[in-house]
Amino acid sequence: MSDARQVHRELDLKGEVCPYTFVKSKLVLETMAPGEILRVIVDYPPATSNVPRSMESEGHRVLSVGPAGQGAWEIVVRKKD
Amino acid sequence: MFPFTEDEIVRYSRNIILQEVGGVGQQKLKDARVLVVGAGGLGSPAALYLAAAGVGTIGIVDHDTVDLSNLQRQILHRTQDVGKPKVESARRALEDLNPGVRVETYPVRLTAANVMDLIRDYDVVVDGVDNFATRYLLNDACVMAGKPLVDAGILRWDGLMMTIKPGEGPCYRCVFPEPPPAGVIPTCQEAGVIGALAGVMGTLQAMEVIKLLLGVGQTLTGRLLLFDGLEGRFRQVSASRDPNCPVCGDNPTVTELVEYDLACDLPGTSAPAGAADRG
Repeated sequence: MSDARQVHRELDLKGEVCPYTFVKSKLVLETMAPGEILRVIVDYPPATSNVPRSMESEGHRVLSVGPAGQGAWEIVVRKKD
Repeated sequence: MFPFTEDEIVRYSRNIILQEVGGVGQQKLKDARVLVVGAGGLGSPAALYLAAAGVGTIGIVDHDTVDLSNLQRQILHRTQDVGKPKVESARRALEDLNPGVRVETYPVRLTAANVMDLIRDYDVVVDGVDNFATRYLLNDACVMAGKPLVDAGILRWDGLMMTIKPGEGPCYRCVFPEPPPAGVIPTCQEAGVIGALAGVMGTLQAMEVIKLLLGVGQTLTGRLLLFDGLEGRFRQVSASRDPNCPVCGDNPTVTELVEYDLACDLPGTSAPAGAADRG
């Protein structure tokens, strides 16, 4: 499901629930440069909608959300410029 | 991987989620030093919310001990603290709430001789004092030192507050050039005060400090916020820097710290009106 785009950081948040999935994604994204891409792996189903919604409300672009192996999903976010 | 511990991430998660805070803002709070002058009605909620928010260092200035009559509004202190120094019960309350906060205590009365040393190492000062003499001293010192001062006052059901950013707006003296003559404004001891009013105004002071530290929103600079608790109404009045202000004006007349002698406000025992310069 991962596209060809370069991913600058990967964050494995399996075992984390909301809102910490977003909180931790945000903390990592804040350390990245504008335009860089973060790939977050979650296994808490509500996070697949909550994290993208919160990311977009902060102005970042969610590039994709999709399955990433057994019981896990990936959320690919591009940090706002 | 994260700039915070797991516990900090959980404790401050509701801050970090906010667009205006994030990890960057939370770090600003952690690095900040805030001085709360007066561990009373205003200082209590202000210090508690600042500690809860994760302000890294909170200084508390108060020379007094806890009195039973304080507990109706001074929520840092408990019944078992009666007779103890307020700075000690304040420390206990703040450390219980958030052990990650460093509490620095100053069991002294604010004077012209010590105020500059007390405020020097702090980023923001919260005025939670209960008398005009100290209020003017603190205003003058903060103007001279260029320290932001979040001022508030309460009496009966009414509160007033403003944020003083030296060089960016009016100071307390721009609005009220001189203290009222002794005896004109009653003290809370004479006139009474609703404890929850102290909660409202002290909490608003914490709000102002947090915005100042984060550099977000509009602070009450150049605006006086008035709260009429009985009517349940907020009102605001614009104020601007007075070029003739005795302390922050173009040709200041107050160039050294002065201590007003207004200690005795009780009716019938009023000190002579006017200022006695003991600075």
